[in-house]
Amino acid sequence: MTVVLNQSFTGVGIGAVLLLVALGLTLTFGQMGVINMAHGEFIMAGAYTAYVLQRSVDGTGLSLLLALPPAFLVAGTIGALLEWLLVRRLYARPLDTLLVTWGVSLMLQQLARDVFGAPNVQTRAPDLLTGNVSVAGVTLAANRLAILGLALLSVLALTLVLRLTPLGRRIRAVVQNRDLAEVSGIATERVDRTTFFIGSGLAGVAGVALTLVGPIGPTMGTNYIVDAFLVVVVGGIGQLKGSVITAFALGVLQSVLEYSTTVSVAKVAVLVAIVAFLQWRPQGLYTLRTRSLA
Amino acid sequence: MSGLSISRRGLLTGLSVLGASAAIGACGAKTGSDRTSTAGAKADTSGDTVRVGLLNSLSGTMAISEVTVHNALLLAVKEINADGGVLGKKLDPVSQDGASDWPTFAEKAEALITGDKVAATFGCWTSASRKAVKPVFERHRSLLFYPVQYEGLEQSPYIFYTGATTNQQIVPALDYLRKKGLTRLYLVGSDYVFPRTANKIIRAYAKGNGMRVLGEDYAPLGSTEFSTIVNKVKESGADAVFNTLNGDSNVAFFKEYKSSGLSAKALPVLSVSIAEEEVKSIGAPYLEGQLTAWNYYQTTPGAANTAFVEAYQAAYGKDKPTSDPMEAAYLSVHLWKAMVEKAGSFDVAKVKAAADGITFDAPEGTTTVDGATQHVHKTARIGRIGADGLITEVWSSGGPIKPDPYLKGYDWASGLS
Repeated sequence: MTVVLNQSFTGVGIGAVLLLVALGLTLTFGQMGVINMAHGEFIMAGAYTAYVLQRSVDGTGLSLLLALPPAFLVAGTIGALLEWLLVRRLYARPLDTLLVTWGVSLMLQQLARDVFGAPNVQTRAPDLLTGNVSVAGVTLAANRLAILGLALLSVLALTLVLRLTPLGRRIRAVVQNRDLAEVSGIATERVDRTTFFIGSGLAGVAGVALTLVGPIGPTMGTNYIVDAFLVVVVGGIGQLKGSVITAFALGVLQSVLEYSTTVSVAKVAVLVAIVAFLQWRPQGLYTLRTRSLA
Repeated sequence: MSGLSISRRGLLTGLSVLGASAAIGACGAKTGSDRTSTAGAKADTSGDTVRVGLLNSLSGTMAISEVTVHNALLLAVKEINADGGVLGKKLDPVSQDGASDWPTFAEKAEALITGDKVAATFGCWTSASRKAVKPVFERHRSLLFYPVQYEGLEQSPYIFYTGATTNQQIVPALDYLRKKGLTRLYLVGSDYVFPRTANKIIRAYAKGNGMRVLGEDYAPLGSTEFSTIVNKVKESGADAVFNTLNGDSNVAFFKEYKSSGLSAKALPVLSVSIAEEEVKSIGAPYLEGQLTAWNYYQTTPGAANTAFVEAYQAAYGKDKPTSDPMEAAYLSVHLWKAMVEKAGSFDVAKVKAAADGITFDAPEGTTTVDGATQHVHKTARIGRIGADGLITEVWSSGGPIKPDPYLKGYDWASGLS
């Protein structure tokens, strides 16, 4: 029984990481349809921001918490720059976007290598987050709990922004029907850039969280980019709740399969399950229903 | 053998486009070598200087590790030159970048032998790169000195292996665990040839020596999700973990290990691919108290090592650690020098004939070449990682162990091929 509970929590933990890395992508890929291969490097930018901040503030691991807003800003700014320089010229050409952003991702990796050196660096986690708590015989790792909390908070914040703010209304309007939004007087270009800024910024936040579980290095983004796309594709384009459900479902599925088989077999099985699912529902878990003709 | 990172599974159709373009890019990056070779290309040793080849990955994913080996090789060459050279000739090191790409290693080896006409070549790190250049050195009857611990089961007449083979690292590590009463093992490794071969040997050893393997798990290279594996380790009831993970995975594994409440005290991890350089990049707090198996540590006592560490840090930076593969690289150049001087010639056949019994007072202690296997006698050392990132010896084999790449001298290994 403990095993089942332990594995379930592990699955939720994996799911929280998946959700956090995919959340920004639900905006840039899910809402805007941009296949952004550099998303992983925005995660990396967030992680390095935490590293730089901690080195300059020096001291307790609490600076990780302080790093969240700067990481959001840094990754978001790089994202907005990318959108302004390149992506906006390629909205009608998704395959070109894919290649261009992949190139950008390689350049950002090399940049990180030149600035920070090829070896990994580390941040110090607050002591509070290096331990664990036991509840009813189940060990809950504190860093996983923190990531789970951060993921849920991010989802909540994003939902509130999209639902309640004027900006959110504009974003939804552009996603649902760009032409109609434009004739209604919405500056769609500016909305695009803002959306991209938020999406990339969320990747930066994910980067800070990932310093708790993995390495900080120039290629760290490549470890997560495919998983992030998987979550958005399975969850359904343009829908936040689809991604949330998918992230946790994939996390639990992965951990259960990993436990009963091996890591490699579990990965294959998860992919097979995804392919089968997409055969059945090519549009993903949830779809955005609009009256647009496109 | 560390530092590889591989991007995972293709998902979108678009990713296959990327794959194709990456492949094209890789092909384009290679410089064609059109020199057709004749067997036994002659090294050019007629001038005042003699060229030696240094073949390491100076770029790409392996550069992190291999650059340190390259540095150690250059240091050895510099020392030998300052000391008058070899047979009165100064050494002229020619560096070639293997670029972490195995076919490139083979091409650069070819270029060093036939183009630069080097007297000997030093380098390679991964077993994959060694296997790629092996036929090149054999065809040209030229010598390669390979400085990294490896999975054994190989003996090329044109390679000298100055790192540990399995009976000088993995087998003594198992002896140590057994003596400590840690007889129930859990094996964790990266999914490629070295960990799988090593674990096969560990299983055979366990079977023949009353130890038990309670579980065996592999993660793809570059994998950073270890929560399930750590859960399995925790529930297995094992006494110790034998870790053959490589590269970035170690970071995620040890972070997970610590946050799940496991510790070196409760359940020690013995690693065979984590040296001083890797400790730095994983973070000493996550590794404190854990065990490693090597033949050399920066803290190994002795005048030769003090001099080596001082010289290295003077040349490359005060905070730079020295590690086992670097030391094995450093000693390989000195061993070659001694062989050449004993042979009185740079001729490969004569050097090989002179190899047996050659000794060098290396940082790890006196090392002797075994002519029959072209490996060296090495002392096995188990170390414990300290809070400062340095590793201190807690056990040693007491003296150099005779190399036995095919484990012929071990009854339990008879089933291995």
